[in-house]
Amino acid sequence: MAAPTERHPVVVVDDVHVEYKVLATGKRASVDDVQGGMLQRRNARRTRSVHALKGVSFSAYENDSIGVIGSNGSGKSTLMRAIVGLTPVSQGAIYASSRPSLLGVGAALLRELSGERNVVLGGLAMGLSLKEIEERFDDIVDFAGLREFIELPMRTYSSGMTARLKFAIATAREHEILIVDEALAVGDKNFRDRSEARIREIRDNAGTVFLVSHSMKSIRDTCNRVIWINKGTLMMDGDPAEVIKAYEATTK
Amino acid sequence: MTLADDAARHGLTRVGARPTLPIYLADVWQRRQFIYSLAKFRIESENQRNRLGMGWVVLRPLINAAVYGVIFGILLGAGSRPEQFVSFLIIGVFLFEFFSSAFTQGAKSITANQSLVQSLSFPRLALPLSSVLQRLLLFIPMLVIMLVLVVAFGTAPHWNWFLIIPLTALFFVFNAGLAMITARLTVHFRDLSQLLPFISRLIFYTTGIFFSFEERFSEHTTVLRIMDFQPIHEFLRLGRSILLEGAGYEVPTIYWLYATVWSVVVLAIGVVFFWRAEERYGRTD
Repeated sequence: MAAPTERHPVVVVDDVHVEYKVLATGKRASVDDVQGGMLQRRNARRTRSVHALKGVSFSAYENDSIGVIGSNGSGKSTLMRAIVGLTPVSQGAIYASSRPSLLGVGAALLRELSGERNVVLGGLAMGLSLKEIEERFDDIVDFAGLREFIELPMRTYSSGMTARLKFAIATAREHEILIVDEALAVGDKNFRDRSEARIREIRDNAGTVFLVSHSMKSIRDTCNRVIWINKGTLMMDGDPAEVIKAYEATTK
Repeated sequence: MTLADDAARHGLTRVGARPTLPIYLADVWQRRQFIYSLAKFRIESENQRNRLGMGWVVLRPLINAAVYGVIFGILLGAGSRPEQFVSFLIIGVFLFEFFSSAFTQGAKSITANQSLVQSLSFPRLALPLSSVLQRLLLFIPMLVIMLVLVVAFGTAPHWNWFLIIPLTALFFVFNAGLAMITARLTVHFRDLSQLLPFISRLIFYTTGIFFSFEERFSEHTTVLRIMDFQPIHEFLRLGRSILLEGAGYEVPTIYWLYATVWSVVVLAIGVVFFWRAEERYGRTD
């Protein structure tokens, strides 16, 4: 079993089950589809339950950089959303030392406004103060490589530029627990290298990072531990090389 | 030792749990720059692509007032038309616009921002607050135009006019409380957002904006008595009493008390009501 906990756990996932109802067509049912009501009766009959996470348990420690791998539909994103608190757990519980964040500052941004305005807005949305944003502004812009375009409205940016800016803003703040969901796949090699370096930096600063990715290379380069989720269960949890090898064996 | 015990031993807290009300309010206060910037930037963003840009912030209410002035002033003819009808109308229309836009837009503040709620952690009260603050920022130029027009139509400025500031503050508090209540209700019953414009319209036509309630219903004392307690009516009458001169516009001082009580109570109910469902906003399931 695991060694006595001298290391401080930052996230504890305790026998977590997540179940939700789905319409027979495979579309996720919302509460409206399932509850009665005149127009919903037909659909209500055709819902079934999806057991997205079936008793997942593990502990993440300070400084861990945990890769999360699994085929599509395995429950990785559901697990991440449960850790952040966006998806309710049907059974079990998740505990954390501070509120984990998903790398999702994009939702706060207003495309009609300039990149500069959006850096301010995104930073504020994440909880930075105006002063802190001012201090980090140049870093953010340079990290994203958008010095010449920062005054232009974001609706004129390419998707790569937008993604880079979002990542730069989101990592401008120290996160104690950060969840990165496949955001490293964008941008050219140069940007990918820099973002991987930044993730390592976050980890070194006593932060914990979860990286969900299909790119085994990114995971090998940044993670010290990998968990493999398959069909809602935790298959393996441990050394990156071993887990990736076992995972790839099943996908060949 | 179970995982739960281990978690407790290290001081980990359950994810997604709702903080206590004082902590929640402290969090909201901490986010005040975000609330303000979101309001300001959204106004900018909405007007970005218009040729006249931010000019519309002033033009819209002007055209609004002109349209109502033409319809109710000229086309529909004299009914119970009070003195200084134009000023009367403008004050009514502008004040009401602050209320109705806060009411209907505030209700959508969570449902229209699902992606924001699902990706970032912040106290969700920030959203209806920001929405109403946005309406307040749009109201300020309207206030200025209101004053200019009132002067242009013959009323001299008066020290009394400074009372418009506390009135606006109270109105903001009232609208914020309402927005919080309707925002949460809309999350539970989307259909409400279909109903709200009609409720707003009903209030518009029954609140003496383009006619004087006191003159029209001077015989029906019970109706007048009921309207004494209708908050929008109170705010409108207070606004007119501050800005217009004339015996018809005076208002018993107790109206200030009614307005204050309404505002504080609605805000208190709104905050608590909204906070209680904090864990549930943004859930897709």
